[in-house]
Amino acid sequence: MRRTVCALLAVALLASCSSPDGAATGSATSIVIGAGSEPENLNPVLGYAPDGAAKIFDGLVSRDASLALVPALAAELPTASADGLTWTAKLRKDVMFSDGTPVTAQDVVFTYKSVLDKKVNSTIASRFDAVSDVVAVDQQTVEFKLSYPYAPFAQQLALGIVPAAKFSGTDVNSAPFNTAPVGTGPYTVESWRKGDRMVLKANEKYWGGAPAIKTVTVVFVPDDNARATRMAAGEFDGTVLPPKLAQTYRDRSGYRVVQNPSADYRGLGIPSELPFTSSARVRRAINLGINRQAMIDAVLAGSGKPAATPVSPHLKDWYAAEATFAYDVSEAEKLLDEAGWRQGADGKRAKDGQPARLPVLYPAPDVLRKELALAAASDIAKLGIDAPVEATTFELMLQRQKEAAAIWGGGDPYDPDTAAYTLLHSRYAGQPGYVNMTHYRNSTVDTALDTGRRSLDPAARKQAYADFQKAYVADPGWAFLVFLDHTYVLRDKWNGQQTQVEPHDHGLVHAVWWNLERWTPKQ
Amino acid sequence: MIRAIGRVTLRRLAFAVPVLLVVSFALFALAKASPFDPVERYFGVRIIGASPERVAQLRANWGVDEPVVAQYWAWLRHAVTGDLGDSLSLQQPVSAVIGDRLGWTVLLVFVGFTLALVLGLVLGTLAAWRHGSWPDRLITGSCYALEAAPVFWLGLAVLYVFALQLRWLPGGGVTTGAEPVSVGGVAVHMVLPVAVLAISQAPWFVLFVRQNLLESFTQDHVIGARARGLPDRLVVSGHALRTSLLPFLTLLGARLPELITGALLVETVFSWPGIARATVEAALNVDFALLGALTVLATGVVLLGNLLADVLYALADPRVALDG
Repeated sequence: MRRTVCALLAVALLASCSSPDGAATGSATSIVIGAGSEPENLNPVLGYAPDGAAKIFDGLVSRDASLALVPALAAELPTASADGLTWTAKLRKDVMFSDGTPVTAQDVVFTYKSVLDKKVNSTIASRFDAVSDVVAVDQQTVEFKLSYPYAPFAQQLALGIVPAAKFSGTDVNSAPFNTAPVGTGPYTVESWRKGDRMVLKANEKYWGGAPAIKTVTVVFVPDDNARATRMAAGEFDGTVLPPKLAQTYRDRSGYRVVQNPSADYRGLGIPSELPFTSSARVRRAINLGINRQAMIDAVLAGSGKPAATPVSPHLKDWYAAEATFAYDVSEAEKLLDEAGWRQGADGKRAKDGQPARLPVLYPAPDVLRKELALAAASDIAKLGIDAPVEATTFELMLQRQKEAAAIWGGGDPYDPDTAAYTLLHSRYAGQPGYVNMTHYRNSTVDTALDTGRRSLDPAARKQAYADFQKAYVADPGWAFLVFLDHTYVLRDKWNGQQTQVEPHDHGLVHAVWWNLERWTPKQ
Repeated sequence: MIRAIGRVTLRRLAFAVPVLLVVSFALFALAKASPFDPVERYFGVRIIGASPERVAQLRANWGVDEPVVAQYWAWLRHAVTGDLGDSLSLQQPVSAVIGDRLGWTVLLVFVGFTLALVLGLVLGTLAAWRHGSWPDRLITGSCYALEAAPVFWLGLAVLYVFALQLRWLPGGGVTTGAEPVSVGGVAVHMVLPVAVLAISQAPWFVLFVRQNLLESFTQDHVIGARARGLPDRLVVSGHALRTSLLPFLTLLGARLPELITGALLVETVFSWPGIARATVEAALNVDFALLGALTVLATGVVLLGNLLADVLYALADPRVALDG
């Protein structure tokens, strides 16, 4: 408040306009990032950075540039018992939180038990549905008990570990920790002015070595155009921009445009219970009739990859290259004819007097989804199907899931289970919420997804996901359209930036600065 | 006189209680009827694939499916004891959310409003004094144009010219880079938002002052003063302006809600870390606790502003009866 009063006095004195000082042109030991999204909180328990790259925290494991798991707070990668029901993690010795207290098994137990606590409003609890108990065997050993074998469990252990002592006597849901956290990570939070910016300082005692970049300022500007303006004005060292806005930096010296691949998909969910699209032939025809490459060229300015299944081509261990859809209009028309939907004199298809009609919905504020919806609907209409496009909200898209197609998005590059299981397993068909929104049912897909989830043998898992993709493209429940690339503009002042395939989230965590703590200034 | 003011203050305060109750309840009912679902907003993209049991658990924790009267009663019971609850969308106590941001908004609104008043008085007087001249026509014309221009449009235009093309001033926030908050830094950063807020509010004051001055020029005491040969400047500032300022006080109270709306748009355009942007967030996330507290706060400010205007009016003009 005193600051406010001082500022008031200063304004009274201020008569002339001075030019803004270009702080971003300063030393390479500090960086200013323009981020498109702001975290709601900085507490991993509530859902901050569950896939690592958290800056302020470390998980038991983290990921290298190729997304392979590497031990972090765990001394070695956690291992499963022969039945897959017990996972054991040994902690690294002598790791301290930034307040100087040591990390113990109790902190790990507290972190995971809080996530699972029914009274804690965690957005990531579903990831740990298999966990029945977490116990500290001794000061350095934690055991996770599962209620069923869950092969990709180690992928979920990148969640940051919080110090239990900081939460004694407070409600996790509104603890002061949520905005002023203490972790083991390479950075600590110096200040966070919500809605404006966050300043991170290097943790000089970081167990992995002190970062070379000492100060990280993250400025939150949700609007793409405002962010582009402030990048152009020299305020930022790096920012995320839509591909078209990033193009202007291609030839500017001192800047680099980085295009990172992601497993962030956009897809058209096709209702399996709508009479017209209840036949696998019709849904395959729609997939074959969509020109995905044209969509990428026109809507995404070339920065994306065609999608056929929720398994990204960047999940190299799991992706089946043959499970794709060619753009083949004549084959699509043949399939529609075979299914009994024949073209009338006006070019529109119908069967037994019923017209072929598939409304396409998208959430109104999302410009990208709107453009994809229009492109997909125009391709579908070329097959003789009436495909009206409607702007709506997520809530209404969900309510109309049985009678309209809708543009959905999601996906992460870590494991096919997280990308596909709740989306396509018939167990979730008709359940409330955003699970199996298309009411897709295919017993071969179910079996393959279950096998993939429960098999600890990597070869058996690989086979299961190959089976899944093959069965899915023969009977698709969606028309997955594209995997987006994320585009960044970066001042060319640092070494050490590496490409890592990104999940949907690319604000402060992940993104081009996922390994910022290892960047070094260029000479 | 003092006793009359005390009486009217007490009566207004007594009246404010039902007003606050009605407004806050109407807000709960409206938010409940909105198509937004607080639980889905809270999950964000993670709602895709979240297990139905977990989502149901969160609904139960928050009691979002309870009837609106029950939710309102739960909020009210705690609010009267001073416990404003926790913001669901920002995972902070509501008092912390408001405490962090209110100072910034007060700074913006106070300076902006003062500047608008000064502009209103100076330009309004100038226009009336030189009635029909080209400065008058310029001022009046610009005022009508600005009254029609939406605040956010004005904000974006100013941002484009001064932050991007001329690069004289920073385009948003309250500091540059990793700098700590400093008096000079904040002063530079607030020039554009304050200017936009003041310029968008000033036209009403300018036109009001001009109109009232023109009317008072035709009144007996002004004509009398002129007839006695007093200097023109003295007649305008001493005789005409004083009497025409009275209704101005009422206008101040009446413009307060507009000012709050204007501040909301300005804060959004200039990434100003104030309370107005939190209000939008709260509304979109159907964050009852935060929304309720902010509504009561805004309503209270408006009621207080009107009371203050009435009291000042009575003090300035003894003919005005307070208990009307």
